[in-house]
Amino acid sequence: MTDAPTLSVRDLTVEIPTRAGVLRPVDQVSYDIAPGEILGVVGESGAGKSMTGNAVIGLLDRPAQITGGEIILNGARIDNLPYDRMRRVRGKQIGMVFQDPLTSLNPLLPIGDQLTETMLEHLNISPKEARERAVAALEEVGIPAARDRIDSYPHEFSGGMRQRVVIALALCAEPSLVIADEPTTALDVSVQAQIIALLKRLCRERGTAVMLVTHDMGVIAEAADRVAVMYAGRLAEIGPVREVLTRPRHPYTDGLMGSTPLASKGLDRLRQIPGAMPRLGALPDGCAFHPRCPRAQDRCRQNPGPTIAACDGQAACWFPLERTEAAE
Amino acid sequence: MTVLVRIANLTRIFDVSKPLLNRVIERLPKALLTAVSDVSFDIPERQIYALVGESGSGKSTIGKMVVGLLRPSDGNVEINGIDLATETDADRIEIVRSDIQMIFQDPYASLNPRWKVRDIIAEPVTARGGDGKGLAERLLEQVGLSAEDAGKYPHEFSGGQRQRICIARALASEPKLIVCDEPTSALDVSVQAQVLNLMSDLKDEFGLTYLFISHDLTVVQHMADTIGVLYLGRLVEESSPDQLFDDPKHPYTQMLLAAAPKMDGFGREVEPPKGEIPDPINPPPGCAFHPRCPIAVDRCKRERPELRTLRGARVACHLAE
Repeated sequence: MTDAPTLSVRDLTVEIPTRAGVLRPVDQVSYDIAPGEILGVVGESGAGKSMTGNAVIGLLDRPAQITGGEIILNGARIDNLPYDRMRRVRGKQIGMVFQDPLTSLNPLLPIGDQLTETMLEHLNISPKEARERAVAALEEVGIPAARDRIDSYPHEFSGGMRQRVVIALALCAEPSLVIADEPTTALDVSVQAQIIALLKRLCRERGTAVMLVTHDMGVIAEAADRVAVMYAGRLAEIGPVREVLTRPRHPYTDGLMGSTPLASKGLDRLRQIPGAMPRLGALPDGCAFHPRCPRAQDRCRQNPGPTIAACDGQAACWFPLERTEAAE
Repeated sequence: MTVLVRIANLTRIFDVSKPLLNRVIERLPKALLTAVSDVSFDIPERQIYALVGESGSGKSTIGKMVVGLLRPSDGNVEINGIDLATETDADRIEIVRSDIQMIFQDPYASLNPRWKVRDIIAEPVTARGGDGKGLAERLLEQVGLSAEDAGKYPHEFSGGQRQRICIARALASEPKLIVCDEPTSALDVSVQAQVLNLMSDLKDEFGLTYLFISHDLTVVQHMADTIGVLYLGRLVEESSPDQLFDDPKHPYTQMLLAAAPKMDGFGREVEPPKGEIPDPINPPPGCAFHPRCPIAVDRCKRERPELRTLRGARVACHLAE
């Protein structure tokens, strides 16, 4: 894509000072998202996926804070904005869809009020027009009889319908970036398919950039254009989704793909990665994955660890898998 | 193959009415929710029978009735020929009870945070007056943890390790049947692979039988010997994994398989399934799936389809062939 990226994250580092030392849940992460592109972010719990998303929207919980790097949205830096200015950016330029559709809606307000409130805050329109737009937004996300249901409360909707409302809410101020943090994890398979199809269609139509955080490889494969794999706060691998999923170069990506039941079809046992992800307080020297890595050599144990820039541009690994070796 | 669990016409109805006074004042009828409706299947010894379905399909309710945490409203569950709900002989009940164990979904909620792991694992044995000495240490090693972990508390472990502790606890009373209710859905994929492999190993080692409840088709395909698909409390299809995935017969199974994300489905444009699971308090008449079914005919609206045998599988659909 030749367009300037909507979101550009450069060497983002988030730190949490604790009594036992400084933890780094996000460590020098860099990526771009182009207009209309869906970037999938995968990784296991504690890999720093959600923390990266929260850093971009400026919703880090204290004491976590951004200590390095830049976040550039539509050409302007947003990581150092004061709280009030950031509030304008959030909602107007960045929309958010969270995992649990019940807790991201106000249970005491009809959904129509929540939509118009957001639009009146960020767009220069009259309340009447806002209401018309709210109806249109609900229709667009596939809520039947939107005009009759606009004054319903969140509890009157099912989980899938609520997530549609949340998507309408995220998109109603016409943001250029949507951060969807595990948007379908709480939903059933058939509803998940509906929500993913909806997200894909709306973003393609409007040219919205999407950061899709999930742990489900299948969802990534179907929805994302590019995928970033995170491990222990660092980017392990990034690239076009087809490349990364079918011919992973980082041994961790390879292990992760292999351990899904789909990839082990026909085998008696699932492939498994030995051990568990290290805690942030006890990261090993060098590459954080080396204690679990079948290919680890002396260089992997030495600092500084591999970064994507220092390696081949796709995987942060000194000894990446060759194209032919992976997925054997 | 001997049948370990025989489930016949199992039905469970929950009363979800408002309190009596409200009903009288507001003139509301009683509201009854049929969570499980006329489900029958057998689980042979040393097999894995998987129940899949979306939320509200009644899979967990069946699991709870099998272990005896809920009483059936109708029908029965026989384990080794003994029905816990009607059996009156205390000794026989005791024998069957120690043959059944359960593993729950959330390993954070199913371990007592104030107990040491040693006491948690030994409880199923000590509660019956057995001797639990050294048992926890032995079982911990069997599930891939170390004997020293017995002196720790649950909060010192990660999710995957906690699920291993739950498995160790389930093994303590040397059960024949383990009901696993979504045992890996709270876990990451790489940890899930470890736990599923462990469960397969233990099954072979101890000759266990599993009733495996899950919403994840890929997990079920990997684990199960037989799969039962539930929709709105009814068993709509039952077949072997290979048959189910290669040749799904019920339109609901077909829809479910088409909707499941695929690893090689790059940029796949799926026609997403229409509608959602209907309200179980007022289920549609006839076949419960007919409002969402692409091939439904008039007969489906009137007549509830019975399970019938078709090419080595059982399917509840008038039109499947």
